[in-house]
Amino acid sequence: MALLEINDLSVDFDTASGLFRAVDGVSLSVDAGEILAIVGESGSGKSVAMLAVMGLLPWSATVTAKRLAFDGRDLLTLTPRERRKLVGKDMAMIFQEPMSSLNPCFTVGFQIGETLKVHLGLDKTARRLRTLELLAAVGIPDPERRLTAFPHQLSGGISQRVMIAMALACRPKLIIADEPTTALDVTIQAQILDLLIALQRETGTGLVLITHDMGVVAETAERVSVHYAGQKIEEQPVRALFDDPHHPYTAALLAALPERAKGRFLPSIPGTVPGQFDRPPACLFEPRCRFATDRCREKVPPRQGAIAGFALCHYPLSHGRPIGHPRPEGREVAA
Amino acid sequence: MFGFIIRRTLLVIPTFLAIAFLTFVAIRLVPGDPIEVRTGERGISAARLAEFRHELGLDQPVWKQFLDYLWQIGHGDLGTSISTHAPVLQEFLTLFPATIELALCAMIFAVVLGIPAGVIAATRRGTFIDYSVMGVALTGFSMPIFWWGLLLILLFSVQLDLTPVSGRIDLLYYFDPVTGFMLIDSLLSGQDGAFLSALSHLILPTIVLGTIPLATIARMTRSTMLEVLGEDYVRTARAKGLSPFRVVGIHALRNALIPVVTVIGLQVGTLMAGAVLTEYIFSWPGIGTWLIESIQRRDYPVLQGGILLISGIVILINILVDVLYGVLNPRIRHGR
Repeated sequence: MALLEINDLSVDFDTASGLFRAVDGVSLSVDAGEILAIVGESGSGKSVAMLAVMGLLPWSATVTAKRLAFDGRDLLTLTPRERRKLVGKDMAMIFQEPMSSLNPCFTVGFQIGETLKVHLGLDKTARRLRTLELLAAVGIPDPERRLTAFPHQLSGGISQRVMIAMALACRPKLIIADEPTTALDVTIQAQILDLLIALQRETGTGLVLITHDMGVVAETAERVSVHYAGQKIEEQPVRALFDDPHHPYTAALLAALPERAKGRFLPSIPGTVPGQFDRPPACLFEPRCRFATDRCREKVPPRQGAIAGFALCHYPLSHGRPIGHPRPEGREVAA
Repeated sequence: MFGFIIRRTLLVIPTFLAIAFLTFVAIRLVPGDPIEVRTGERGISAARLAEFRHELGLDQPVWKQFLDYLWQIGHGDLGTSISTHAPVLQEFLTLFPATIELALCAMIFAVVLGIPAGVIAATRRGTFIDYSVMGVALTGFSMPIFWWGLLLILLFSVQLDLTPVSGRIDLLYYFDPVTGFMLIDSLLSGQDGAFLSALSHLILPTIVLGTIPLATIARMTRSTMLEVLGEDYVRTARAKGLSPFRVVGIHALRNALIPVVTVIGLQVGTLMAGAVLTEYIFSWPGIGTWLIESIQRRDYPVLQGGILLISGIVILINILVDVLYGVLNPRIRHGR
């Protein structure tokens, strides 16, 4: 049984201009001790899906799913109180902006200790010891002194380390890291990522890494789920994904990596992710896809099997060639 | 922190000079001087008038009078009342506890109701509760004090006969002031019913004086709370699995209170201005009534001294608020 099971998860936001579907029928599973990367550009619904798992969406969001289970417990039927006993204890989340994710009014020691107090009921001395231990574990020099520091006295890298310490506090089974390195300097990014992976190996927790950085994915993940406009469009083990992407979007994303680019110009994907008002009727990637046909415009693409990376596509690619496509060379797309 | 308080106090000097100047000039722009007011319609001989004026120094040019006044207050002397011949400071100190008692009760009333009302409105945003709280707050904010006071007197004192109309305590009770605060003194006196009587006299003035600060605090709390509830660190707090009470009441409220405390400090000025009207309506023997009477009598030293003292207190409270601000907001504390 998987640690986290998500089956057909959808999230709708009630906006002034009507319902907006941010997550559209996403199914995922994460095993204990596994690293799953969720990749996609901004607006692909990857963060929203994970916030739904954590129960952190604002009131304007409606979450529906066939199954949303963590560690065998159905999250949809838990009372808020029962759910709060899981959140922050057995599953924890690290956010994108470490500087604004810490409360400016409270010390580092208080903010980490609070989790320990609420979930484990540790007394003051025990909390202090455990907090020091955690700060040392995430590689913060001089943890004793940091205990009384306020967030504005910390750098971005240290803040993110504090967030990681906070997430680890109750030895969770699953950590969701939502673009944990995006807001940091490039030199710090690698450090934080290494730290996360090292801690994940050490503690054997499951890790969901949300990112839009393919480089990060290649270095860290075991399995990759690619998302586009709220849908999961492909899922493969990391090596297989880089070797043979099956969805044209994944292929285009990989082709746009500078390391893999061929020729003088860096290839890019024309157009933008569809929003609330320009959502295509059938395949959501069709307007930007170089293999799109009339069928893609009219018929919702089927979910392919494991062999084609669960691609959501009429013509999944095999080594760069669309299977069953009338004109396999595809059309030229203005870059 | 100490240096901060010193700096803040030095900044007060120009403010004081400006206030002294404005009051000094403004009261002299009002037709009539203390002697004319006292002599009434019949008047007195020009020679006698000139004599009196000379005695009070009113025959000097205004700039000379002002400099003399500054010299005098520079030596810590606020002068004596023209009508009662008692030192201004002494009169002030006798009456001030009554005003403090009223203002303090009004402020407590405003804070104790205003902050929770704002928090509730913010957490129930867009619901009937939110609209009702904000609607009541807006009405309260727009209510002229004198009219609001009269309405309450009509309803509670005249129609329902629940509260007394004026004064600080029933005439049945008499005891010497110890602290000057009627609530405390009545308890100390040990007389049966004295405390309840003092309390019942306080209720209406407190509500009347506290309404505008209450509305301001509620609206301010709501808007800062709404802003704070959308912050990343509130999401972090929820991600820790904390109860909604802890998320809102500790993580969000602490941040939302920072601007609210500033507003509370600024409200002290409004409160003093409101106290003048409120005291007059309820015949509350405090600074407000004293100042209004001093205007009617053109009692220059009382008005000038009284306003200087009140502004001193308002400024002092604002300094305290700045200090409290640092306590609430670690970024300020360490930034200095």
